Amino acid sequence: MTGREGQSEPPSRRTPVGEGVEPGAGRRGWGAGGGRAGWKPAPQDLQQRRGEGKRPRRTGWARAGERVIEGIIRTSGVSAVLFVLAIFFFVFREAAPVLFGGEHFKLLPFLFSVEWYPTSASNVRYGTLALTVGTFSVTALAMVLAVPFGLGAAVFVSEFCGPRLKEALKVVIELLAAIPSVVWGFIGLTVMSRLIVHFTGAPVGVNLLNGGIILALMSVPIIVSIGEDALKAVPDSYREAGLALGATRWQLVYRVLLPAARNGLLAAVLLGVGRAVGETMAVLMATGHAVNLPLGVFDSVRTLTANVAAELGEAPAGSDHYRVLFLTGVLLFSLTFVVNLVADLVIRGWRRK
Amino acid sequence: MTDVPFQEPTSEVSGLEAGRPGSSPGGAAGGGRRFVRTAFVRRKERFEAWARGVFLAMAAAMIVPLVAIVGHLTYEAWPSLELEFILDVPRRGMTEGGIWPAFVGTLYLVGLSLAVAAPIGVLAAVYLNEYARDNWFNRVIQLAVINLAGVPSIVHALFGLGAFVYAARFGYSILSASLTLAIMTLPVIIASTREALAAVPRAFREACWNVGATRWQTIRSIVLPNSISGILTGVILQVSRAAGETAPIMFTGAVFYKAIARGDLFAYRLDEQCMALSMHLYTVTTQVPNVRESVPYATAVVLLASVLLVNATAIGLRLWLRNRKRW
Amino acid sequence: MSGVRARVALGVALAVLVGSGCGRRNHASVVIQNKGSDTMVNLAQAWAEAYREVTTDVAIEVSGGGSGVGIAALMRGTIDLANSSRDIKPREIEEVRRHTGREPAEVIAGYDALAIFVHRDNPIEMITFEQLSAIFREDGPVTRWSQLGVQVPGCQRDRIIRVSRQSSSGTYEFFRERVMQQRDFKLGSLDMNGSKEVVELVGNTPCAIGYSGMGYANGRVKMLKVAARSDGPAVAPTLESTLNHRYPIARSLHLYTVGEPTGALRDYLDWILSDAGQRVVQDCGYVPVKPGGGSH
Repeated sequence: MTGREGQSEPPSRRTPVGEGVEPGAGRRGWGAGGGRAGWKPAPQDLQQRRGEGKRPRRTGWARAGERVIEGIIRTSGVSAVLFVLAIFFFVFREAAPVLFGGEHFKLLPFLFSVEWYPTSASNVRYGTLALTVGTFSVTALAMVLAVPFGLGAAVFVSEFCGPRLKEALKVVIELLAAIPSVVWGFIGLTVMSRLIVHFTGAPVGVNLLNGGIILALMSVPIIVSIGEDALKAVPDSYREAGLALGATRWQLVYRVLLPAARNGLLAAVLLGVGRAVGETMAVLMATGHAVNLPLGVFDSVRTLTANVAAELGEAPAGSDHYRVLFLTGVLLFSLTFVVNLVADLVIRGWRRK
Repeated sequence: MTDVPFQEPTSEVSGLEAGRPGSSPGGAAGGGRRFVRTAFVRRKERFEAWARGVFLAMAAAMIVPLVAIVGHLTYEAWPSLELEFILDVPRRGMTEGGIWPAFVGTLYLVGLSLAVAAPIGVLAAVYLNEYARDNWFNRVIQLAVINLAGVPSIVHALFGLGAFVYAARFGYSILSASLTLAIMTLPVIIASTREALAAVPRAFREACWNVGATRWQTIRSIVLPNSISGILTGVILQVSRAAGETAPIMFTGAVFYKAIARGDLFAYRLDEQCMALSMHLYTVTTQVPNVRESVPYATAVVLLASVLLVNATAIGLRLWLRNRKRW
Repeated sequence: MSGVRARVALGVALAVLVGSGCGRRNHASVVIQNKGSDTMVNLAQAWAEAYREVTTDVAIEVSGGGSGVGIAALMRGTIDLANSSRDIKPREIEEVRRHTGREPAEVIAGYDALAIFVHRDNPIEMITFEQLSAIFREDGPVTRWSQLGVQVPGCQRDRIIRVSRQSSSGTYEFFRERVMQQRDFKLGSLDMNGSKEVVELVGNTPCAIGYSGMGYANGRVKMLKVAARSDGPAVAPTLESTLNHRYPIARSLHLYTVGEPTGALRDYLDWILSDAGQRVVQDCGYVPVKPGGGSH
């Protein structure tokens, strides 16, 4: 929330409004109340802000206009909720028919079978387990790489470096976050795959490791910036107390700041996970796109998101295959919803404290 | 970034500031030159140096990929990088020539999504920051904003396909694609506008309310003018985000190829499909055979450079704004 | 601060201008929407690009998506011309009739040979349908190159890496139908999104084998000779062997319209079948139809 202290509140819309007075207009009350002398001369800078000396009188039209504007503002405010509901509604609407009576569709195999044969000529099977495992393995690998680096960089930016370097690093992090996912995918496909083959001798360059590295690079910025916020939120008195006891900065970080900022850092990691789970183009191009339960980091995998991106264009609208892809979308939506919800609750808990 | 472990605190003030990064912990860490270092202190310092080095390396690990990526892409793209590459149309089965139709298509998509997302986003932020009280309903709204930002781009694509292409009967078109992009990028605008609005001191509003202005008058005459640069930053960030997205437009309005004239700025209509830079990079990489080596790299560089430039503008604006701030 | 509002106004005005500017000029008088097979998308693009030299009154939008998607879009009337790298199915003809009340019309614009690609250094020269099927199909026994009697340099682990296409592409379906008699693929193949990606990946991976259009070949891959029967002759994919149907995995490239094409669409199709259009086919690495062998 806005953290409003709530000592004074603005007058409600109905309150007679103090606008400036036109020269010679005399004293006048506004509004239906009439009797309330609500107006005061507007301060000088308000008048200047208007950019002109004479000010329009506040008519019924003006008040109606204001209501309209406030209505629009309120509608816009609610729009985010509407959009989220609309996303769920439309995605679910396309998916629903297959859920309640698809020809070859059963919910349990959908969730727990690895056999993904959406266009088979003899035996259509929609099993997404391999895709789910793919999503989680890539995300887990990305987090193994990104969390230490992200949190380490957050600690460095927040505790160890001077203001100028801090500014510079934050700019770099922001630019890193701005690189489009298709460019990341391109880098994974062309550069990273060659590097992986060259340095590890892996038979194929597009694999779990490639996707994991790319996703780690993509989710590091969000971990750094949220993590840094969390560290910044620890009161300075903690630091002062620690330093007064003779602690070095490292001891301070390890013994005081990390425990104190635990929730915020957890939220940072969770938001990183959310980003990694939902990423599409980069993993589509970098992971090799094989329906496969990975046994090592050099195996190729396919994620839920990449699967939708690859097959949606080719699934005729209204077919079972098309609807199953939408159902995958529902699954993804729910997954990221839960992750974000938990992150939000964690952050909220940390702000409360 | 000066490393002065045995500097004495110069004054009370610097002692108070010791908690801030970059300032010396030495004053507290053992009393400066007057004391002999014990083995314990030495070990402590060694740890400190190690930790510092490790954290520095981790932070440096952010810079290396950025520089390496930009450098490598530019190096590979160099033979194609000239103005003509942007202005020309793809030639010889997209293996040569330029990227104009994709470039201008991205302009259309971004412009239209901006025109839709900016007003809604700014007004939503105004609502959240100026009108909303701390109750369950507004918490739901905030949660919705956070989730809208967290929804995977491919789900936005599914939504755009189901809602705009089929349900609203816009078909595969620039309109469908931009609306999908607009909804996707809305949280960017909301978040940064809120930040900008929250930075306007409460005292400004109170002063205005106390002279009898209504909420809206206060917002219009005090809050918005004082936060306009911050709002612009958010809008700019939306542009950068929208320009880079691929998945949401792939199924709603971006095509593999469309023949338009070189340098034609009014090449598309809203109900037509268009090419887009991000999509073009994807298709050139995965679909077009025997393409000149530098063409995909150059496409990536143009996309990356546009996005990073737009972002750098936003960052510059923010820094300028911070220096100028008077309260 | 009055400049601020002017700036806002300017910004909004710019945004609106960019947004609405699109609707202003109605340039090319006719737009032909062309969608379908990913195999043919490059060909369709090349046609569209070359046709621009013939007339600028017609703008052609080309998108991929797959043969099935193209035909489905044709039924719903969202596009004018569907590319398909397979024959239209009887069920689809029925659907077109039901939705539009007219018959779909077909033009064969060329042929495509599906080549089997391996890495340039791979010593293998020919392969039979049986072997391909044993490599690619579900429960197929071949997983190592040594089982085919070759030692691939640079492929230490000997494991065959199968490179395939995503499950709804026409190429995938055609390969399954022709080579594997409709049996399903083994899971775990790398399913690429584009024909070019298949060839690129095979070119970078010594252990790999993959299938893609002949036109996508590059210097780092080798096209195998293919034999339909184990005792039959192995034929390399070339223009001639495709045209005289000796190469066993070739298919025709179709263009479908709803009803007999008229107007600009008719002109476009006529141009495609003309010498100029057919030259484009050949330039793209496909096989042009014989002169006079075009329509129906």
